[in-house]
Parts: sequence; C-alpha cells; structure tokens
Amino acid sequence: MDFSEEQIKRYARHIILPEVGGEGQAKLLASKVLLIGAGGLGAPCGYYLGAAGIGTLGIVDYDTVDLSNLQRQIWHGTSDVGRYKVDSAKEKIGRINPDVKVVAYKEGINAANINDIIKDYDVVIDATDNFPTRFLINDACHFMKKPLVYGSIFRFDGQATVFLPEEGPCYRCLFPAPPPAGLVPSCQEAGVLGVLPGVIGAIQANEAIKIILGIGHTLNGRLLIYDALDMKFTEMKLRQDKTCPLCGENPTIFELIEYGDLCEFKS
Amino acid sequence: MSDYKEKSELNIKGEICPFTFVKSKLALEKMKKGEILRVIVDYEPAIRNVPRSMEEQGHKVLSINKINDTDYEIIVEKDGKK
Repeated sequence: MDFSEEQIKRYARHIILPEVGGEGQAKLLASKVLLIGAGGLGAPCGYYLGAAGIGTLGIVDYDTVDLSNLQRQIWHGTSDVGRYKVDSAKEKIGRINPDVKVVAYKEGINAANINDIIKDYDVVIDATDNFPTRFLINDACHFMKKPLVYGSIFRFDGQATVFLPEEGPCYRCLFPAPPPAGLVPSCQEAGVLGVLPGVIGAIQANEAIKIILGIGHTLNGRLLIYDALDMKFTEMKLRQDKTCPLCGENPTIFELIEYGDLCEFKS
Repeated sequence: MSDYKEKSELNIKGEICPFTFVKSKLALEKMKKGEILRVIVDYEPAIRNVPRSMEEQGHKVLSINKINDTDYEIIVEKDGKK
C-alpha cells in the first residue's frame, strides 16, 4: 500500500522494525480486532491497538462509566461518568488515531448475538470480568475458528494467554466449566490494583498484534501469570486436554451455552 | 555519479532521520532482490545512519558519495546481504 506522509510519520517506529516494516503496518491497517469489554483491560489494550493502527476495532460493552471505574479504566475521564463506555472509548481512540474505524457495540454479548458480532473479525480479545462471558467467548471462538487473546485480573494477580483455533488448548482445557455460584467473589467484593489491568491489557494488545503480523511466539500453550505484589512473572504450560468437553477427542459441547450469573451479591 | 545502473531513485532531500531511513525502507520493500536504489539526501547525518540501518536489515550499501555542495547519494542493493 502507499502510505500518506502523515502515516509514514505516525508509523515510522513500526516501519523501521525489521519484523514489521511497511508490509506489516499495512497488515495492521487492514486488520479487524474485536475487543470485548471496555473496562480495565480494554482501556490500555484498545489504546495501544488504536495507536498501532488496527484498521477496524470493534468494542463491545453495554455498561456506562461509573466514578469507581476511573481508578483503572484509563480511557474514561471524570466527565465521562454516566456515558456509555463504548462512546467514551470511541472518542478517545479517535483523538489518538483517525486511521482507526471504531465499531461500537452498545450491548451485552450473549449466545444470540456473539456469532454475528465476531464473524467479521480476525482476532478476538477477551477483556471481560466474569466467567459466563468468558466461556461463551471461548466456545464461540472455537466454533468460529477465531484466535482469542485472554486476560484476567484479580486483586494483585493477572493472567494472560492465547487460544488459537485448532492449535493447542482452549479455555475449557484449563477450566472445563464455570465454578459454582458463591465461590466467585462478586463484583462488589473483588478489589483490584489499578495498574494491574494496565500490564495485562497491554500484553493482550501485544499478542493480538503478533497474531496479525505472524511474528514471534505468542502465549499459545502458556499461561502467563503476573504477581504485581511481589513483581514476578511466571508461566504455566497449558496442554490440550484430550477430555476437554469442547476441543477434546470426544466433545460434548456442540452449541453455545449461556451460564447464569455467578455473582452471589449481584445488586 | 555512480557506475551502477539504478533501478529506481528516491529523492528525499529535506527529510531528516529517522524518516530518511523509513522512506528508503519503504522504497526498498517495493523492489525485488538484487535491484539497485539510489537515495538522495541533503541531511548529512543520514549518510551514516541510513547505510547502517540498511545493512542491518540485509541490504548491501554499494557506495556513498557527495554529489554537490548540499547533496549525497547512497547506492544500495536490495537484500544484497541476504
């Protein structure tokens, strides 16, 4: 592709990289990434993807900005309180990079709409905060053969990995089914260090970009575990589970499942 | 002037680093292995920076010459070191 003068300047530090170059930057500009969740993980992830020149960035979130979000959801400001998160996010990305077409989905993701939403995207990013949605995203990405970049945070601990279609494990190889209700701390109970999603969300953006460019080694088959309190990164090998109900040898799941809300103290 | 038969020429007078290399690289990406590019710059540090980066990325710098009071040429062979 022929870059404009503005694009040559904007993406100069990518173009210089041997692994990216003009060709890689053109791939990024032609790519479509779906970010599910515009909160703590979504904010840094979406910011970096936007700055990198991802051509189409879909963002799914039904929620509005609350004052208590601002401690970690860095693309929302005080004046955004009450706005839809996707509207706030779209405006912030537009300020950084007009090359990015942001598609805002002001709706919750569910079994009825997920296939339609993810079908046009090259990479899906799970930046959500609850088990039912994570299983739904994993299953849909498995059925639709979409690369999935997973991230999660809790208190001072973060996790990230990559699930690739027909290559290695899926989320259900790690957790076959959601935990029983009551074992899961509710949204009200769960504290989180504000910086933590910044680290994990940035890693998710990093992995999505590598998947699009086909460079380096992704976290596929490895669960990266980050301990912010002791400042340690460790990793765990993830193997495909032959008995996995979704991607194993004798699967039992053939359609999307909607699990109920596991939040015990849901308001 | 050089003795090489250039396939293409890139005049980037007025550009400074890193854009001298960025534009050279974009031009090289459009060429085939073995083809020769003549880059003209008027930013003196570029005659050190650009050839170094070109060599690092597998191209072969054939010559660097001052061509008049203000301008320099860098002659490079695409993927000449690969």
